[in-house]
Amino acid sequence: MSRRAAVPSQGRRGRNHLILQLIAVVVGAFVAIPLIYGVVGGFKTTSQLSTNPFGLPSPWVPENYTDVLGSGSFWRQLWNSTFIAIATAAIVVGVSAMAAFVFARFAFRGREALFTLFAAGLMFPFTVAILPLFVLLRIFGLLGNPLGVILPQAAFGLPMTIIILRGFFRAIPGEIEEAATLDGCTAFGFFWRVLLPMARPAIATVSVLAIVTSWNNFLLPLVVFNEDSMWTIPLGVQQFQGQFASDTARILAYIVMAMVPALAFYAVAERQLIGGLTAGSLKG
Amino acid sequence: MNSGRRNPRSRALRGFTTILLFLLPALVLFLLLVVAPIAVAMYTSFFKWNGLGGLPTEFLGLGNFERLFGDPVFQGDLWHGAVLIALSLVVQLPIALGLALLLNQKLRGRAFYRLLFFAPYVLSEAITGVLFMMILEPESGLANQILQVVGLGGLDWFADQSTVLLSLFLVMLWKYFGFHMILYIAGRQGIPNELIEAAQIDGATGWKVFRHVTLPLLGPTIRISVFLSVIGAIQLFDLVWIITDGGPTHSSETMAVTMVQFGFKRFQVGYASAISVVMFLISLVFALGYQRFVLRRDLQGATTVLRDQR
Repeated sequence: MSRRAAVPSQGRRGRNHLILQLIAVVVGAFVAIPLIYGVVGGFKTTSQLSTNPFGLPSPWVPENYTDVLGSGSFWRQLWNSTFIAIATAAIVVGVSAMAAFVFARFAFRGREALFTLFAAGLMFPFTVAILPLFVLLRIFGLLGNPLGVILPQAAFGLPMTIIILRGFFRAIPGEIEEAATLDGCTAFGFFWRVLLPMARPAIATVSVLAIVTSWNNFLLPLVVFNEDSMWTIPLGVQQFQGQFASDTARILAYIVMAMVPALAFYAVAERQLIGGLTAGSLKG
Repeated sequence: MNSGRRNPRSRALRGFTTILLFLLPALVLFLLLVVAPIAVAMYTSFFKWNGLGGLPTEFLGLGNFERLFGDPVFQGDLWHGAVLIALSLVVQLPIALGLALLLNQKLRGRAFYRLLFFAPYVLSEAITGVLFMMILEPESGLANQILQVVGLGGLDWFADQSTVLLSLFLVMLWKYFGFHMILYIAGRQGIPNELIEAAQIDGATGWKVFRHVTLPLLGPTIRISVFLSVIGAIQLFDLVWIITDGGPTHSSETMAVTMVQFGFKRFQVGYASAISVVMFLISLVFALGYQRFVLRRDLQGATTVLRDQR
């Protein structure tokens, strides 16, 4: 795979190139076929799926999709997921930005110890805390309340968000801060009017990460929400699968519709999600 | 931080107040919802407790832990975790690394491939799980239909104890390799091309360049990728819960699944807490050991990747 011919003849380079292209196509098929099967399968009936698994639907059956679109529960789950994701991102990014600001630009005793405490949170797996979290949320009366999902998600997002933001905040030159201070900027003024606007790409990156994490969270909403009116999309998907276990085509339509918002968001925020990780050098 | 005109004491005080105000929300949220629950789990793991009403009272000492390590289901959990970790490291990691290097070449449509390979990562485990339940369904699922066409017999996939773990891993591979690939692409781009070219001018061929230049320089990225794979496998829950619920007969059960079974279905919260404490300790020991012995100099690896690639 890594056989990048150093300075070989044209012929060998061409053959290698063909092999690489072939690998990409095969892996691409491995990734894409399940997705395509889902989209196309949603337009079939379940009996078509077993008699005609590979071909196009004949006839096309849009009912599976229109049933999903016509069902109130899908839209309600979409709304719940959206609301919880945005609220989580707003809280975790806001709170983390403030903490990261202090960690990046203030010197005080115990700073590194505190920062290490937060960073160690990366090692606290969410699943480990779910039982006591459940007990705690019950005491606070937050079971069945969106806040019961939003606040723990925000709390568990803190370590990663603080670490990333601190890195960005540190990279902003001290001269800018000095200039702002000389112009009479308070610490908060500098944070709000200089640092945050300058760190916009970083803010976007961590927001996107928080939204995706929240959107896909399964365990926490599973234990917090009893009423199906509160359910998020992942819970809805699992429930729908259980309800229509034998009606494969209908389930495929449902999960495809459930994929659309995530993939649409990925298409829009791809630069934040991937481009945040990979330098902008891979152009074309 | 403030202008130098005020006297030092009031300046220090103002500095302290600012620090406190900025840190407070994060601290409260973190202590209350991350640190406290883990502490509570440790406490309740020493009790027999159904999780209802008041605090636990029936102290068992290490009883829960003794029962845990004597339980074949839990021993199975540990084994399944180990198998999935091994598969991630031996199969997924090289694939992700290889594809990252592949997509680093001048390849037609590589932007598209990068987009496509990463796409499964943004889908939720619920969607992924249900999709593959349909595809790997033994009767009429796509996978067996394909196997039939090429003349092979169908498999029972998730329904057979001997194939269920591998089938799960297949799903994990589909969902997660793109994420690791993205890490490696970022790591590869952090390597100046001059270094590679210099090696090539010195006469190193493809494999040698990879073995002696690219691979060592990707070290920090590989170590981060390994770390994330292991931690992820230790906590694996969603996919298993959705697809197999740990079955057939516990053959794909993971620690997290066992914990949720006991905690939320059988109301043995004390015992379930013991499982979560063991999960936590395994993660912690691994993380600390890994940082101490493996990461050492590139402790900030993950963040530097993000920061440098901005």
